[in-house]
Amino acid sequence: MFQPRSIQSSLSFRDKLYSIDYVLVFSILILGIVSMFAMYSTDGGEFKYHTESHILRFFVFFLMFFILSFVQIRFWHTTSYFIYLVFLILLIGVKYFGLTSSGSQRWLNFYFMNLQPSELMKIGLILFLAKYYHRIPIESVNKLKFLFLPIFVLIFPVLLVVMQPDLGTSILIAAGGLIVAWLAGVRIKFFIYSLLIFISLLPIAISFLKPYQKSRILTFLNPEKDPLGAGYQIIQSKIAIGSGGLFGKGFLNGSQSYLDYLPEKHTDFIFTLFSEEFGFFGSVFILLLYGVIILRIVKIGNITRSNFGKLYCYSFATAFFIYVIVNMGMVLGLLPIVGSPLPIMSYGGSSMMAIMLGLGIAMSCKVYKDMPVN
Amino acid sequence: MLSSGSGNTVIKSKLISRRMFLLSVSKAVVVVGVLGRLISLQINESTKYKTLSDKNRFREWKLAPERGIIKDYFNKEMASNKQVYQIHLIPENAQSIEEVFFRLKTILNISDKKIFSLRKKITKQKPWEPIIVSDNLNWSEFSRINLFLHELQGVEPIVSVARVYKDSSSAHALGYVSQVSAKDLKNKKYLKDMSVPGIAVGKTGLENRLDKEIIGEVGFQRYEVNAFGKRIKQIKVDPGKAGKSFKTTLDLEVQKYVAEILGNKAASVCVMDIYNGDIISLVSSPSYDPNAFVHGIDQAYWKSLINNDRKPLINKAVSGLYPPGSTIKTLVALSALENKIIRPLDTVRCKGKIELFGEKFHCWKKEGHGIMNMRTGIKRSCDVYFYEVARRLGVDRLSETAKKFGLGKKVLQDFSEERSGVVPSTSWKKKYIGQNWYLGETLHSGIGQGYFQSTPIQLCLMTAQIANGGFEIKPRILFDKTKNNLKEYLKFKNENPGQPLPADLLVSNFDLKPLFKNQENIKIIKDAMYSSSNEPGGTSYRSRLEDKRFTFAGKTGSSQIRKFTEAQREAEVKQEQLKYENRDHALFIAFAPVSDPKYAISVVVEHGGTGSKAAAPIAKKVIKKVLERHSLRQSIRNLPGDSI
Repeated sequence: MFQPRSIQSSLSFRDKLYSIDYVLVFSILILGIVSMFAMYSTDGGEFKYHTESHILRFFVFFLMFFILSFVQIRFWHTTSYFIYLVFLILLIGVKYFGLTSSGSQRWLNFYFMNLQPSELMKIGLILFLAKYYHRIPIESVNKLKFLFLPIFVLIFPVLLVVMQPDLGTSILIAAGGLIVAWLAGVRIKFFIYSLLIFISLLPIAISFLKPYQKSRILTFLNPEKDPLGAGYQIIQSKIAIGSGGLFGKGFLNGSQSYLDYLPEKHTDFIFTLFSEEFGFFGSVFILLLYGVIILRIVKIGNITRSNFGKLYCYSFATAFFIYVIVNMGMVLGLLPIVGSPLPIMSYGGSSMMAIMLGLGIAMSCKVYKDMPVN
Repeated sequence: MLSSGSGNTVIKSKLISRRMFLLSVSKAVVVVGVLGRLISLQINESTKYKTLSDKNRFREWKLAPERGIIKDYFNKEMASNKQVYQIHLIPENAQSIEEVFFRLKTILNISDKKIFSLRKKITKQKPWEPIIVSDNLNWSEFSRINLFLHELQGVEPIVSVARVYKDSSSAHALGYVSQVSAKDLKNKKYLKDMSVPGIAVGKTGLENRLDKEIIGEVGFQRYEVNAFGKRIKQIKVDPGKAGKSFKTTLDLEVQKYVAEILGNKAASVCVMDIYNGDIISLVSSPSYDPNAFVHGIDQAYWKSLINNDRKPLINKAVSGLYPPGSTIKTLVALSALENKIIRPLDTVRCKGKIELFGEKFHCWKKEGHGIMNMRTGIKRSCDVYFYEVARRLGVDRLSETAKKFGLGKKVLQDFSEERSGVVPSTSWKKKYIGQNWYLGETLHSGIGQGYFQSTPIQLCLMTAQIANGGFEIKPRILFDKTKNNLKEYLKFKNENPGQPLPADLLVSNFDLKPLFKNQENIKIIKDAMYSSSNEPGGTSYRSRLEDKRFTFAGKTGSSQIRKFTEAQREAEVKQEQLKYENRDHALFIAFAPVSDPKYAISVVVEHGGTGSKAAAPIAKKVIKKVLERHSLRQSIRNLPGDSI
């Protein structure tokens, strides 16, 4: 079971290069390139600000992903609490120093980019809980005292994000955390209990919110209340996707998008634009790419020896899946509109950074698959 | 630690894998759901969404077509189009409708009432459809608007075309156009797809009759618009099609002349070509300004038209109903001859009145005409002679002849306002009044009183059909090259008796229909009419034209409005002494020139008194004018390519 090779710190760089999952790398690359075309189309067929910065970001963070792949899995395990803490501090920082845009305070201004710590927290929470459940013995998982910490580390950032307000991201953060707990073996009844408690606490939580925050959240929950806002978005998105038909309207010919009927076409509705221009086949192609990426991450989870790696990869793959599905479900009119970007495709540096970070960690699980973490 | 941890690790790892498997299964289900949604949107319902997308993408603005032109026989424009300056308002482009209205009010002086109705209109239509704030601005107003345009978001200055009528003499024949009403939409199905702001629809006269063809085809501009309604680019423009132009048989020159003669009288004049039925003139008076309706008539003018007791809005020539009076005597005589009731030289003594079953029937001449035969009876319009003729003839035979010559039914198909009048008969009375016919009524009918009702155009047609020798013609007001050859046919027949007709004459007159049994009878009537106008003692002798080129043969008539009382009769009250509304209508029918008849005319002057004093002098002037223009009209008759 423990061969000499298991001490993989002794791996040569060539070995590491060989053990990279190139199917995953290329899928990401292809998706990145597709996203550049889509972004180019949202700019009306010109190289404008969005396209340029998206391309730049993709390649910068893709490079980061590649480099992170060679960071030892042990490092991630060791520093995961710390990473979580850093992200949490950033998130708290948002509350005091954050930039406000369209009524929501989400960003920290660093001189090279506006960072959205809530995106990073998606990965931070998974890392934290993966380590936590890796460390506690299996028989302790469902003991009450071992539940407090996970609940705390989940609730705290989620509440911070809700207060921004950013319901979409907070749901996605929470989803990531819950999945780790589920995979680690937390009983189903605890999920049900916490759901019940959550629902009963909801009125109290709402009473603390400012009126405009309340109304925003209400609109998020019920888009029909705002037919010219969120409801309008769903209608227009469905029209765009539906009118794409089998083969789409053609690159740069998405009338819904370039006549500005599509809201948020750079970010949340990028899939709508792509689907309008490339039709059903384009949509399925994107689905397939995401499918490959997710399956490859799951596969890494399968072959990774450490439970930390497994927990991380499975959770990340599932969270990734949820990000994709929530976004698509939203633009297809299956789910209410909550702001959530489509991984890699959507415009947005922090989201790109978080996803690439997550993918980098997953890849390092592959490269150091036999390395014990503790 | 390592080994125990190892066992623990394996169990944990298995647990994780098991739970991951469960997750994967649910993921697959979700993926199938998403895929299904994609299939439903992009394959199954794709057509629906494509339509919706195009609906988003394109917006059409309809363009009002130019109305066809109506010309007279000499190709002079009677109804044409002129450039008008309008301002339209596109509500969605205006930041604040209130503000725009406020500004417009100060610049253009629009009434609050108008603004109220505009507001109502805005709420009824799509926000990108323009409404017309003002459709006929003068240049100075228009340029003032252009000056302030930067402050008037949503306002668009438009140069458009609108109907214009050169003069009001033909107002009744042409009719007028105005804004589409709910009633128009109901009656004219073709207007359904023509909801263009500012489109005008024919309301009366030829404008109404020809509306479908003359209105043209609506064009459109299709624009691609973005989500904010901004026009991105023009995709397609269809300028539409201007309406078909029409040429009429009317002579604008004569129309104007007649209108001038009639002045403010409540009167009408019809002039008709006796061979092809071309209506040369159709004037009803007093007239109105048809241009006033084009942009919506103002209340004061409308009220003045409605309250005018001379009824300027009525086309008296086709919808005015008058007892034909003595003009019917031509037909009474003809009918009697045709039915061999009386011979032309049979005489009747007129003593000023006859009595029948105790009822007195007066001749217009109190002292009586003495011994009358047919020619003198018509010449001097002796009532007693015709009482006797009518008594022998009976109303039913008279009615048959009258109907044959065009009374009692609509003459033209062109005017929805035309009325058919009444030719009484025993069966008619039974049917419409429910009573039996009295002999006394036959006597009244014999002098064109009683139940008889006719329109001036009917009287004109009647005269024309007598004048042309008793052949049926189909009056027409729209120019038509065909069937112009009745005269040539008659000439050929006279010159080559018994010869077969040349093919071209045959073709152009195949439905030739004689209205007589014996054409000699027609000649007798025509001769009697000649005497009435040209021999001393004739009722219209004073209005005769001695120049052979213009000499006409006519018959006067006056139709009683109110029965003369015995007292009035005794006092020899003259028509002029009566109140205007109690005076008789004055009628006159004639054809000219006598030597070679070409035109027939009917003149009716409401409450004019007697035909000889009020109507014949008008006919005299008109006949001269028409005949003077005859050769000019002739020269233009068969110009190549001159079809409508």
